[in-house]
Amino acid sequence: MTNWRWDFVWEILPRLIWATGNTLLAAGGGYAIALVLGLALAVAQRSRHKLSKNILRELVEFIRSTPLVLQIFFIFYVGPQFGVWLSPWTAGMVAIGLHYAAYLSEVYRGGIDSVPKGQWEAATAINLTTTQTYWRIILPQALPPSLAGMGNYLVGIFKDTPMLSVIGVGELMHTANAIGSESYRFLEPYTLVGVIFLAISLPTAALVRLLEASVRRTLGMS
Amino acid sequence: MSEDMTQFPLRLEGENAPMVRFMNVSKSYGELTVLDQLNLDVAPGEMMTIIGPSGSGKTTVLRMLMTLETINKGVIYVDGEPLTHMEKNGVLVPANKMHLRRMRAKIGMCFQHFNLFPHMTALQNCMEGPVQVLGLTKESARQRAEELLEMVAMSDKRDHHPSRLSGGQQQRVAIARALAMRPKVMLFDEVTSALDPEVINEVTGVIRKLVGEHHLTMMMVTHQMGFARDISDRVCFFYGGKIEEQGAPADLFGSPKKQRTKQFLSAVKEAV
Ligand SMILES: Nc1ncnc2c1ncn2[C@@H]1O[C@H](COP(=O)(O)OP(=O)(O)O)[C@@H](O)[C@H]1O
Ligand SMILES: [Mg+2]
Repeated sequence: MTNWRWDFVWEILPRLIWATGNTLLAAGGGYAIALVLGLALAVAQRSRHKLSKNILRELVEFIRSTPLVLQIFFIFYVGPQFGVWLSPWTAGMVAIGLHYAAYLSEVYRGGIDSVPKGQWEAATAINLTTTQTYWRIILPQALPPSLAGMGNYLVGIFKDTPMLSVIGVGELMHTANAIGSESYRFLEPYTLVGVIFLAISLPTAALVRLLEASVRRTLGMS
Repeated sequence: MSEDMTQFPLRLEGENAPMVRFMNVSKSYGELTVLDQLNLDVAPGEMMTIIGPSGSGKTTVLRMLMTLETINKGVIYVDGEPLTHMEKNGVLVPANKMHLRRMRAKIGMCFQHFNLFPHMTALQNCMEGPVQVLGLTKESARQRAEELLEMVAMSDKRDHHPSRLSGGQQQRVAIARALAMRPKVMLFDEVTSALDPEVINEVTGVIRKLVGEHHLTMMMVTHQMGFARDISDRVCFFYGGKIEEQGAPADLFGSPKKQRTKQFLSAVKEAV
């Protein structure tokens, strides 16, 4: 590695760490949207209303079968034509949130489907409302089997944040590109980006596995 | 399909009004008719047992009462009021959510597979309905739950999750959970069928106690003929979605009149 320059590494590290904050923010914001919206999509798809159920199913299918980067472009560049003006940050988080909501809704659906029918019936027999049944009986039991999928998509969102660089969000990839074009050195910035991604993804995945086990224990389900 | 609803009274009144009445109730799944023009009364405080071959519609009867199944024809009344219907401008129309919810408060049910909430302890299972539905304070719900767990002899396991309880123990908690809602009618659907033989008595013992202590109306589906004979006020033999024969347990078990009843009873006896 004759080319590798440590002094350059120290020089650019602060900028990259700052950008890591932005990456985490974008990933976190997108994930928060995806978690909530995904749940809404999953529950709405179980409603008895046939038409809305089918429309939502098609929507989820549509989002899942088109690339995220296209959705980012669409929301950012086509949105204004419909009167939706969003900053790169907001557009990016909404796009990621929407995209992953579609995937997460499938995870939740699997989790909800894994709860035995008898649980719904027992909830009806003690006269819980549908909302109470979801929050107090079904979702707590749907959570443990969903956690693995939820964790995978958290890491997935994190790894997809570089796509936001295409609309100018100052996350890691965007910053590394900027450094590269200013200094004509790409080895260090890109290597560092890789290391930073690795340093965050691996522990996160491990943490999710720990969380999964502890949730199962807390809910008395293992 | 439209039915003349004027044949059904808006309410059941008078001293002899039943606690539960099925009036011309039919139920089918697609082509399959499960119940055909069922008429059945259960008096207040009565212990009514349903026996019959598998697939004869016993479970369906209880599930309709618990509003877990809709009905196709007829009206079910509970405690003088229509359950499946409600009054609108002097006629009965299908019940809405609110009416079902109000009527459901009168009914409790225990299932073959217990269906306890696995993420809650025994105590929490028994407090859930009283707190969330009846609006009791945590304290009074806990007190009620503890009394009921005591009654079913599960006090010492109150803080255990269902996964750590045996089948018999789970079923006793399930009975306590249903009773915590103070229902007027209790439904038991083969509550001992999933249990090991040696723990069946734990559960039948609790039901026996209820017959003695509470002024509850009970409907029970069971394959335990000895138990049914012991504690029932009346036994109905179901066959093909109809009541083939009914009567006092001594009569139905001692001198059945219908051929199908005789066949069923002797088949069950041989199986034991
Ligand atoms: N959800 C359902 N869909 C279709 N058929 C059903 C359903 N539930 C019950 N049945 C049918 O209805 C009949 C009566 O069932 P059930 O009331 O469970 O009988 P039992 O409890 O006497 O064994 C059976 O033939 C059963 O297969
Ligand atoms: Mg049955």
